[in-house]
Order: sequence, then C-alpha cells, then structure tokens
Amino acid sequence: MDTLIEFFHFLTQRKKYWLWPLFIILLMLGLVLVAAHGSVLAPFIYSLF
Amino acid sequence: MSYILGISAYYHDSAACLLKDAEIIAAAQEERFSRIKNDESFPTEAIKFCLKFANISLAEVDHVVFYEKPFLKFERLLETYVHFAPRGLKSFLKAMPIWLTDKLFIKKNIAKALNTIDPTWEKSRPILFTDHHHAHAASAFYPSPFEQAVVLTVDGVGEWATTTVSIGNSAQLTLKKEINFPNSIGLLYSAFTYYLGFKVNSDEYKVMGLASYGKPIYKALIYDHLIHVKADGSFLLNMDYFDYCTGLSMTNKKFDKLFGHPARAKDEELLVFHKDLASSIQKVTEEIMIKLTQSLYKEFGIENLCLAGGVALNCIINSSIRQHSGFKRIWVQPAAGDAGGALGAAFSIYYAHLSGVRNINLQADGMKQSLLGPCYSQHEVIKTLRVYGLNYEKAEGDLYHRKIAAYLNEGKVIAYFKGRTEFGPRALGCRSILADPRKSEMKAILNAKIKFRESFRPFAPAILEEFADLYFGTGAKNRYMLFTERYLGDHNRHQANHAVLIPGAVHVDGTARVQMVNEAYHPDFHQLITAFYKLTGCPAVINTSLNVMNEPMASSPEDAICCFLNTEIDILAIEGLLIDKKRIGL
Repeated sequence: MDTLIEFFHFLTQRKKYWLWPLFIILLMLGLVLVAAHGSVLAPFIYSLF
Repeated sequence: MSYILGISAYYHDSAACLLKDAEIIAAAQEERFSRIKNDESFPTEAIKFCLKFANISLAEVDHVVFYEKPFLKFERLLETYVHFAPRGLKSFLKAMPIWLTDKLFIKKNIAKALNTIDPTWEKSRPILFTDHHHAHAASAFYPSPFEQAVVLTVDGVGEWATTTVSIGNSAQLTLKKEINFPNSIGLLYSAFTYYLGFKVNSDEYKVMGLASYGKPIYKALIYDHLIHVKADGSFLLNMDYFDYCTGLSMTNKKFDKLFGHPARAKDEELLVFHKDLASSIQKVTEEIMIKLTQSLYKEFGIENLCLAGGVALNCIINSSIRQHSGFKRIWVQPAAGDAGGALGAAFSIYYAHLSGVRNINLQADGMKQSLLGPCYSQHEVIKTLRVYGLNYEKAEGDLYHRKIAAYLNEGKVIAYFKGRTEFGPRALGCRSILADPRKSEMKAILNAKIKFRESFRPFAPAILEEFADLYFGTGAKNRYMLFTERYLGDHNRHQANHAVLIPGAVHVDGTARVQMVNEAYHPDFHQLITAFYKLTGCPAVINTSLNVMNEPMASSPEDAICCFLNTEIDILAIEGLLIDKKRIGL
C-alpha cells in the first residue's frame, strides 16, 4: 500500500493528474485479476480478454 | 569513509558494484554466477561476491543505490499506452500484471532481497535511486581521466531518455539536454537486430560484425522513411514503421513492405540482402552519431568526450567519432551497457549525494583495467581440477608464459585464466581464448570448433602497446577493445619494419577491434604476449572471450574447465597450471 500511495504522490508532484484515473482503473483490474485467480470468476475474466 | 553498493537489475544484464569512497573495490555481472546470459534477475551472487571481496558485511554498507527510477519508467509506460490507445491492448495486458505485482515494488523487492542476503540488514533502511541515463553518464565521466568533458549517453531507453548530453566538470555532472522515448538510436538499431533475426538487447554486436560483409545500399531508404535527422544530430523516428510502443515485436508489416522481405527467422540463411541491410543501419547510426558529436564539439568547445550506454559498445562508431567529431580525446566506459549502470549509480551517490572530492589521474582511468570480478587461488583451482580428475603440469613465472607461447606457436588454442574476471562484455586477457594470429585459417577454426558460432564473427588482437603504432597507426591507445583500428597489413612502413603479419585477427573489412596491452597496467598478459613475441617475432595474439556461443563468459575455474572439456580447445592454462588435452587422453 505504501508504494501505491508513494506512486500517487509521485504523479501529483509531476503534475500528471490525468494519469490518476488510469492508474485507479488498473489497480481495480489488478485486484479483480488477483481475486479471480483460480476462482469461479476466472473464465469470465479471461473471456473478456 | 563510505561503502556504496550500486545495483542494476530487472531489465537485462544485472550487476553489482561496491565502491569505497571513489575507489571501485569490486564489480560483477550476475550472469557470470548464474550462467544465464544477460541475466536480469536480482544480482544476489554478484552482491555476495562484492561483499566477500571487500571482507565486509552488508550491514557495513553505508548506501545502496539502484540504477534507475521505476516510477518514472511506469509513468512512461502508462503515457505511451494512453497515447497509442486503443492500439497496444495486447502488450498493455501483458505488461501491467508484471508491473502491478512486481516491478512497481522494486524498492520493497530490493530491501527484501538484501535482507535475505544478510538478515541483519533492516528492510526500513533507505534505498536510493538515480536516473538510468545519469547512471550511464556517471559511469562514463567519473572513472575517466578527464577533469572536464562532454558526456554523451545513448541506448535503447531508460525511464524516458534515450540520449542525454551532460557536462562533467570535476565532481559535477550537469544534464544539458536529452532526447526522449520513442525516438531512440538504440531502439532503431535494435529494430534492425530483430528484423535480421537476432536477439534484441543482446545480439546487436552481431549486426555490427555482419555489416562489414554488405554494402549500405538501403541508407537512402532508411533516411527517407524511418528517421529524420536534424542538422545538430537530433532525430525523430517515424513510428509508422515500428511496433515497439504498442506491440510485442520491434517492427511491423509496413517495415517488411518497405524492405520487401519479412523479418528473418533465427535459423534462416543470411542473404546478401541481410548483409546489405546490416551495413546500411550501421552506416546510418554512424552518421547520426558523427553529426551529434560534431555539433556537441562546436556547441560546448570542450576537448574531451565520454561515452556510455549500449550504443557506445559499437566500436566502429566509436572510431568514427574519434576520427570525425573534432574531440581530441574520447573515453568509453568498458561496461557501457546496463551492467555499468550499477557502477555509475554508485559513483553518482559518492559525488552528488555525499559531495565527494574527485582526484583525477590524467595518465590512467579509474577502472583498474576493468578487472574487477572474482579471482581464485591456485589451491582452489587444484581442488576443482581434482573433482574433474584432470592432471596438470605446474610452471611458474617466465617458464609458464614461455610454455604457453610455445603451444601458441604450434597452432594450439589456449584457454587462458588468470586473476580477476573482467567486468563488461569484453575478455581482456583474464578469461580469454588465445590463438596464433599469423594464421588466417585460425578464424574459421575458432568459430567452428571452439566458439560454435556464426562464420562471419570477427576476432580481435591483443597487442603489446609498444607495437600498436606499427600495426595500426598512431590512433588513440585503447585497452578495452572499444575502438576499431585500420590494420596496416602490407603497408610500406609495415613491410619496411619486417613486421610479422596477423591476418587471423583482422576482420573482412581490414579493421580490428584492438586491445592494447600495457606493461604497467596489465603485467601478466603483457609478459605472456612478450614471450610469444620473443619466440615468433609476432607481438600480438588472438584474444576472444572464454565461452561458447550464447553462454556468458567463464568466471570460475569450473566454468573454464567445462568450456575446455566441451570444445576443441587444446590447452587450459589456469593460474600457473597447464592441462594438455592430448596428454590426458581426451
């Protein structure tokens, strides 16, 4: 979590605010992928890509 | 007094370097331990070696520094994907999980890995980060013998930068300008490496070797379609032809159509077309680098130039820069690729972070001949030889060198192992295969029976420095095989001196990537070549790295023995011991 917060600070410092939404979406997607790994959600996720 | 540990990893060619203030104590590439060529994994074994060599524990290291900034790199990835969206989805989906689970957390991963090496290392201790190209620039300037220099770094890409120009002044290194991704000379060269069927970030030197066999007939096509070069040498790539921003390959179908061929598969035959294309990209890269350095010379009016980054390993380009740029003196970091980033990052901390004072030796650089890796005692070697059941003959001092010289004179191929392993891609007489350069057929023998590699690959001479002028003219003396020199061959002066010819060490284009061996700085190797000279009148030997194709250079006695046993090398000369394959019945 520290690293993710640090990365948000980094983007803020560099005034790259427009990358925030992309990063948040990525994080959520990442979480879903991690949660779905080996679960019943997996076929659903893989069919998306 | 401070110990600084520099680390490069997670991309390609990971390495570690330990500084004690401004002195390089040890440096090594992880591949030499793991035996995986260009190993990118965390350099655990290289770090362990550095600490052992310095006889300190990790807890005694004052500063740890990583050679690039992962957040900046991730920012570049995100911005690139946004810029090209929706193209690049496949590559995006492939890259993101690695970043979100691993690469973004490099600081934590480093702390964890260091804690595994030494559990007393506290994970909360700070880890410092330098810019990728600043690390390259520091590796080029700080160990150089220059008080002041223009420092040019050129590679594929670091975080954003692909080319940077800095000014080094005593202990100060100031960035002046940079060219950013996706415009990159390194990636342009790598795109051709890929298209020619070689491995990107690894086999670029093969393209350089192949270039001498072709004609640069596609130069105009490259300038017309792929790259726009401005008067000052800065450049813009036409991304319509490249796939590396969004795809999983370097070039695309439009690129194939431009040259009228699909990309060559790895084992496909090399046609005249491929040789001409290699020659063309080599020439274009050379011309861009000349333009760039000429404009830097005019702009800054400084006489010295330092070079680093992967492109600085292209010795043909280095020689052209020396000839045409206007700079009076050029120094190239021998580990110019990413491994050298570990060294540069450590130097950067000493001078920029700790405000170290720079003492410059105008006569010699601070690289200790790049002999910075592990060494092994004769006792350790004997123990390993016994494991393999190999009988040996002991010889000392001059007799040892005379015996090796006699073997060379008989046309035998020698695996030569002495002292510390080289840091960087070149074997400089410590982990080398040596042969007689008077025989032109030696190139074919070495390529086919010993290195098991492509027939077009050249070999380099190691020559006594005092004879270098006679064979290669009065160019700059380079001890690291980083420049090519024109071989004078049957030149009048050469003939007048009745010098023995060395066709076995000269490339098809009449040049050679020369290592000049200095008596004071590389005494053992100098003595060996002197013994050969006294016996034959020839002051040079063929020197190529002790390995077979696609393997890292040997480092330990075991590596050398395996290379000796698995090839047709005749003699293993290792720390005063001689093993003759014939005598032991192999």
